[in-house]
Amino acid sequence: MTWFGRKKDEDKEIGKREYVSLSQGQMIWRAFRKHRLGNIGMVIIIILVVSAVFAEFIAPYDYKDQYNSYSFSPPSTLHFRSDDGFSLRPFVYKTTRQFDRVTYQPTFVADTSTKYYIRLFVRGAEYQMLGLFKTNIHLFGARSANGDDAMIFLLGADGYGRDLFTRTMIGGRISLAVGPLVILIIFPIAIVLGGISGYYGGGVDMFLQRFGEVFMAIPGLPILLVMGAALSGFGFPATIVFLGIIAALAIVSWAGMARVIRGQVLAIRQMDFVAAAKAAGSSDLRIILRHITPNITSYLVVAATLTIPGMMLTEAALSFLGYGIHEPMTSWGQLLNAATNISGIEEHPWLLIPGAFIVVAVLAFNFLGDALRDAVDPFTIV
Amino acid sequence: MITYIIRRTLYMLPLLILVSLISFALIQIMPGDYLTRASMNPQITQETLNQMKARYGLDKPFIVQYWLWFKQIITKGDFGTSFETMRPVYWTLFMGDRLMWTLIIASTTMLLTWLIAIPLGIYSATHQYKPSDHTLTFFGFLGLSIPNFFFALVVLWVLVAIFKVGNYGLGVGGLFDNRFIGASWSLAKLGNLLWHIWPAWLVIGTSGMAGLLRYMRGSLLDTLSLQYVQTARAKGLPEHAVIYKHAVRNAINPLVSMLGMSLPGLVSGSLVTAIVLNLPTVERAFWSALQMQDQYVIMGGLLFFSLFLLIGNLLADILLAWVDPRIRYG
Repeated sequence: MTWFGRKKDEDKEIGKREYVSLSQGQMIWRAFRKHRLGNIGMVIIIILVVSAVFAEFIAPYDYKDQYNSYSFSPPSTLHFRSDDGFSLRPFVYKTTRQFDRVTYQPTFVADTSTKYYIRLFVRGAEYQMLGLFKTNIHLFGARSANGDDAMIFLLGADGYGRDLFTRTMIGGRISLAVGPLVILIIFPIAIVLGGISGYYGGGVDMFLQRFGEVFMAIPGLPILLVMGAALSGFGFPATIVFLGIIAALAIVSWAGMARVIRGQVLAIRQMDFVAAAKAAGSSDLRIILRHITPNITSYLVVAATLTIPGMMLTEAALSFLGYGIHEPMTSWGQLLNAATNISGIEEHPWLLIPGAFIVVAVLAFNFLGDALRDAVDPFTIV
Repeated sequence: MITYIIRRTLYMLPLLILVSLISFALIQIMPGDYLTRASMNPQITQETLNQMKARYGLDKPFIVQYWLWFKQIITKGDFGTSFETMRPVYWTLFMGDRLMWTLIIASTTMLLTWLIAIPLGIYSATHQYKPSDHTLTFFGFLGLSIPNFFFALVVLWVLVAIFKVGNYGLGVGGLFDNRFIGASWSLAKLGNLLWHIWPAWLVIGTSGMAGLLRYMRGSLLDTLSLQYVQTARAKGLPEHAVIYKHAVRNAINPLVSMLGMSLPGLVSGSLVTAIVLNLPTVERAFWSALQMQDQYVIMGGLLFFSLFLLIGNLLADILLAWVDPRIRYG
């Protein structure tokens, strides 16, 4: 019988206090639950990831479909009230583009004769659900009483008449995938090189550190722009460019990560339990994998969470400048590429909306990472 | 210390050479032949073109080209010629006060960030877990999370579309309104400069603010839990003396290394901002060169940024050793 592991009936005898033994993971989870912003961040990330996974279902249209007569259509207004009174189910009106006779500026005029109600689970463009089966059911759409469809642009349309909401949903996939994919590449490299460097020290350490310093001396964003320009100049398909951008981000960021891991390994190597393991005759590999790695795992999780927002921001900047993600692929940064000049933004401010998604996602990851950092730190008292 | 600085400075040279080699290789991979591009430029005669071809070995393999370029640098200090302006690289990158504006924007932004973030960090630490602390942290993170380019676009949009600053004869973007360009310095011109530069301060500054604020907060909290602070309180010092005379002075020490570290961040942060806000800086010159595939200017720009980064790191280490007597470099 241990002090922490009492059975419930024993607890009753002593009093109402309940003692439970907690694993390290449970303790971290408890500490994490107390961090309110971190929890909000986690919920936001889950929502964003789920909506990215089911993007085709949530989005009413195909992200490549161009509705030319709706070029630069402003966001549809959802109405609840009409001359016939209030309706709980929102509806939209069909709009048609008309040109101002003098300035030739397009304006969208609503035809208020028919109401197109927002309906759930309507049939529209066909797509592959999760890459598994074909379906044409979308989360929502606008349809009138006699079965007539109207276009609904929740966030407006771009210059080609493509629905910005659809594109933002689809673009979220790339934006959210970039960070984890880069981490998938740089973590193994950084753990192996940083681990070797920190564990063995000496000449190997010296060489690896000098090698890493070269990469750290390369200015990140400028060289990424050069690499992006090289990638986009070849006219590669969009997927290749996307993978190239991931690789480029990995090239400029692995060295910093390897150095931090080296520092961690270096500190742990000097602990008594490593000496004990050595005395007990453990091999180097066993010490690294069974004794040192578990001690830096929580640190790695935090580092991963805090690396993602930086990667997202860099990808967004590259795509915004036209040297990142390419058409027909899209990402939140790439969508903002349409909003580069101020006169364009002045007329079509809704083109800026995808940027808000970047802010929210990056903020959520930062909060989550911050909360995890506090939670895994055994010296934080909660 | 002097030997340490000299050694570190000398160590920069092989680093810069390796960086230049990597960058050169990357630029070589870039498709699109600047020779064909240059031959379409009516201002460049076939003669100059052949001359350049011979001088830089443009039809030779990559390593020969690199060597020719490298040789020009060490023998003549010549970083190459811009294919666009047909002027030397340093002229294209730095002239027209570009270098000056880069340095001015970087240093003023840094100064402002520090002047605002340090007091806020102190406040945050002395009000730990209070609503004001949480609010400051939240806004710090918000500044960190807004992409610079997006923030710049939003600021421009708010100024132009919401406040309609154009109606008051105020422009956005650039550093001056047209009527002040070329005009001699006056109070009105300075005011106009301030009007144009504050969005840059705001956009670049906010991204660095959170890190500094959190760092100051953490450092001060660590210091406040030390025993000498307890001693200071025990002997009856007023709280502000404990905080500002005893704790802050020591807590601020590790931050000076961030001073140097933030330099390269400022440059890459202002790269995107300078493009959106149309600021006449080195970063913008680099950007135009990149679009024109002007290879030697891109090379020059990359080396400049790399040098900036290395100097920033060195500065960080020197400053840290300077303020903290426990740190000694052999």
